[in-house]
Amino acid sequence: MRSLMASLTIEGLSKTFGVVDVIRDASLEIPDGEFVVFVGPSGCGKSTLLRLIAGLEDATSGDIRIDGQSVVRTPAAHRGVAMVFQSYALYPHMTVRENLAFGLENMRMKKAEVAARVDHAAKMLRIDPYLDRKPRQLSGGQRQRVAIGRAITRNPRIFLFDEPLSNLDAELRVLMRVEISKLHDRLKNTMVYVTHDQVEAMTMADRIVVLRAGVIEQVGPPLELYNSPRNKFVAGFIGSPRMNFIPGRIVRAGASDFEIDCDGLGSLTLPRDGRAIQEGQFVTLGVRPEHLELAPEGTQGWPLEVDVIEQHGSSTYLHCSAPAGEVLLHIPGQGRQREGEVVRVHPAPGKWHLFGADERRIAEAA
Amino acid sequence: MAEGAVTSPGWAFLARRRGGIRADWTDWLTYGYLVLGVVVMLAPVLWVVLSSFKSEGNLLEFPPTVLPEAATTARVVGYDRPLPLYAVTSASGVARTLAQVRRVGIEAQMVDPAHPEAGVFAVQIDSARALKHFHIGTENYSKLLASAGGTIWSSIYNTVFITVVATAITLLMNSMAAFALSKYRFRGSGVALLAILATLMVPATVVLVPIYLIVSELRLVNNLWGVILPVISTPTGVFLLRQYMLTIPDELLEAARMDHASEWRIFWRIVLPLATPALAVVAIFSIMSRWNDFLLPLVILNKPEVYTLQLALAGYSDENGIQYGMLLAMTTLTALPLALGFLFLQRYIMTGIASTGIK
Amino acid sequence: MDRGNRIVPWMFLLPNLAIITLFSLAPVLINVMYSVTGTDNLYPGERTYVGLANFATLLECGNYLEPATCSRDLFWRSVGNALLFVPTQVVVMIGMALATAIALNRDIRARGFFRGIFFFPVMLSPVVVAMTWLWLLQRDGALNGILGSLGFERVTWLTDPSRAFKWSVFVTVWAHMGFYTIILLAGLQSIPADIYEAAKMDRASPWRVFTRITLPLLKPVLLVVFILAVIRSVQTFDEIYVLTGGGPGTATKMIVHYIFDTGFATMPRNYGLAAAASLMLGAVLFVFTAIQMRISRSGGANG
Repeated sequence: MRSLMASLTIEGLSKTFGVVDVIRDASLEIPDGEFVVFVGPSGCGKSTLLRLIAGLEDATSGDIRIDGQSVVRTPAAHRGVAMVFQSYALYPHMTVRENLAFGLENMRMKKAEVAARVDHAAKMLRIDPYLDRKPRQLSGGQRQRVAIGRAITRNPRIFLFDEPLSNLDAELRVLMRVEISKLHDRLKNTMVYVTHDQVEAMTMADRIVVLRAGVIEQVGPPLELYNSPRNKFVAGFIGSPRMNFIPGRIVRAGASDFEIDCDGLGSLTLPRDGRAIQEGQFVTLGVRPEHLELAPEGTQGWPLEVDVIEQHGSSTYLHCSAPAGEVLLHIPGQGRQREGEVVRVHPAPGKWHLFGADERRIAEAA
Repeated sequence: MAEGAVTSPGWAFLARRRGGIRADWTDWLTYGYLVLGVVVMLAPVLWVVLSSFKSEGNLLEFPPTVLPEAATTARVVGYDRPLPLYAVTSASGVARTLAQVRRVGIEAQMVDPAHPEAGVFAVQIDSARALKHFHIGTENYSKLLASAGGTIWSSIYNTVFITVVATAITLLMNSMAAFALSKYRFRGSGVALLAILATLMVPATVVLVPIYLIVSELRLVNNLWGVILPVISTPTGVFLLRQYMLTIPDELLEAARMDHASEWRIFWRIVLPLATPALAVVAIFSIMSRWNDFLLPLVILNKPEVYTLQLALAGYSDENGIQYGMLLAMTTLTALPLALGFLFLQRYIMTGIASTGIK
Repeated sequence: MDRGNRIVPWMFLLPNLAIITLFSLAPVLINVMYSVTGTDNLYPGERTYVGLANFATLLECGNYLEPATCSRDLFWRSVGNALLFVPTQVVVMIGMALATAIALNRDIRARGFFRGIFFFPVMLSPVVVAMTWLWLLQRDGALNGILGSLGFERVTWLTDPSRAFKWSVFVTVWAHMGFYTIILLAGLQSIPADIYEAAKMDRASPWRVFTRITLPLLKPVLLVVFILAVIRSVQTFDEIYVLTGGGPGTATKMIVHYIFDTGFATMPRNYGLAAAASLMLGAVLFVFTAIQMRISRSGGANG
């Protein structure tokens, strides 16, 4: 069975509930077969955006096109998309088989065809032994598979997933993550996946769409978002543990380097790399915990007092206190520091980010 | 703190759990009250049921016998019919059991069943006591079911028809309304819900005359549909079903919509099956109400062939004079289906009432 | 939701709204029309307008304490009966129901059995209830049998006005008490046990616990039950109609019975008077129902 494929275009899409703008002027281009993850904190509008694509909500303005054809006036059932719901939304009074077949029967498909498709999906997801059970007799992971199976039987052009793993325990979540990725490799459909978990986003996505308060903040492949976050929000949201933000002021802006005075930590000289900065400008320095290094004797660094040490064996987390808040270090190996000890640290070369007062990244010139 | 100081016997009467194992006076009071209650609540109905199994003669006795009894008889050689037995005490104080052949004034002619060849002799009636034994007589029922061209059967049919049809329509119609009022956001839904609930303020007793007019305009006087249509929309039923359907997740409906299900199919295949518990409660109350309806049928149904059981029962003594046996059998039969239903569905019914206050 | 589906909910509502319009809303208006028109014609169009004459006729009275001086003495007698019947029946019934609920709420054996016994008359139809008690109260009935065996004379229970009235109260209480017991029992069971334990620690006497804890916490439920009982009591008809036929004389005739007699049973049928009486009854019920809805919305109690 060959999967249908489709590109998805969103243009100037807005959605208003009463006076609240849930989605503001969103535009997005998703090519055939891409796995796109919408990520953002709760209430950012990612689920609403998905439901707009699904046709479960009416757009206030803007356009949605599937394979170039506008679908904003098309009812959900006829958009050729299938959705896996957060709660799975399995029909509790029907068996797994009936759940899988319900949509096909609604389309008045021939019985043999229905049976074949149900069979195919069940085998693919290894739920064929449970076809005659009711959803409540299944484990969480099995229910999840049935929900995906229901989408597969429909043979849709686009798959939509609404936080499908949030009801599973941590171990199962990792397994299902891999399975959904494999499914995508196999079906090669366009898939749109919503999650609040940036680990899911990083591990599964071809491209990630970061949303905040109804606005698309950045779109790009996971590593691009990790390496060059467009603003402080994306920088803080992508990557785990969260990036350290240290407020400071540019005290000197030279041609090749600049000096930044960090609140209560002293100053640091860093290469300028063509950044558009001015003396006296207030900025935020962002360094990921894994990009803070212990400074060797005699080199510049911030003195930080170690509050708590988390020993993971393969690596060590040092929770340090600084005047502007906590700073977290993630160092390889088994650190020999003690609590209460003062360590000197500095950012790894090239592994730091500078954000202006408007929270935008001050990018180095190419 | 001395525990005993705060534990007075009255405590147990109010608090659900009592502390001690030993029964105190409040327990005796409680059980006394409850047992008295059982007598007062149960005895009248039991009495009717027991009486319905009494023969016509047994029913006319005063004071009445507790259990249904029949005269004990014996076959005596030389007599065609079985003869009733009497315990006879002779003037000399000897007790004997004799069979009565016939009675003449205050004397009866009796024969000794053991020695019929000894012949008939006269016995003073006040020295003889009829022998009775426990006997369940079903003749009241057989007479009732066979009497007067089987009018009782048509009453049974009418009642069952009204109950079944009205309940089926009530369930369908009310759940459709509840579905609209719980699963759609639309202008006017609040007004519609209010309009439905407002009918609580218009009981049939208040609009009896207009309902009669409308039913007669619809040419449904003396037609079973005339008592079905006015009662099939029950505001409490709509309300109960709506509250239940609100708990069905909207995601299920969205999933079904994406599964190409029409709105009717969503209602019929998804929402209705999932609302079964609420439907059961509504069905039970509808069955109870329709089976027991009296005032509306009394006004709308005026011909014996369209009578319901309730009407037939209420009108029975007027038409046939008082035939207690059949009346009692009919009372028992009328109450029987709901009583049986109650035995099996007690929990459902009481939970339903406790949570909704409807009947 | 699809825009085209705005009419869908109305399609689902249609059957219900049609029935409600036909058998609840229209009848209220028609009732008003009947009440201001005269003659025994059933069709409103053929009736003559008489203004408020029907109400005036019903309410016209020489001396309101003496029904015989009223132009419709039967109406006033039924009103008088109701004024005595409703408070008596409601107070006795709620009192008994509360006592029973408290007894059933205790830690007793066979609670399910006792609860079932107190409840089951609710399932009996009014006609069956009336027939049952008619059979017990008849001249050669069980009650007289018991009296006889104790050496008393037989009593004619239902042919004496005062006795018939008391039996009407008793039989309706007997039939409906279980319904209110169940609601009150649910109310009692929703009072958390630890409140009682706290009161116990505070050394409250049982009577104080009853008046200061049980009753106040039960008050919302009690209020709903009370108003529900009043609404039903005012409309009492079936049981008494079969039990006493409203007699002897008019001793047990209730308002609905008067409406039924006036509108249907006595010839010529006086629809105007029946409608006027219905409207007045409806106004009373409206007030009580409105109160009940208000309570059940504000209080936590389900009504």
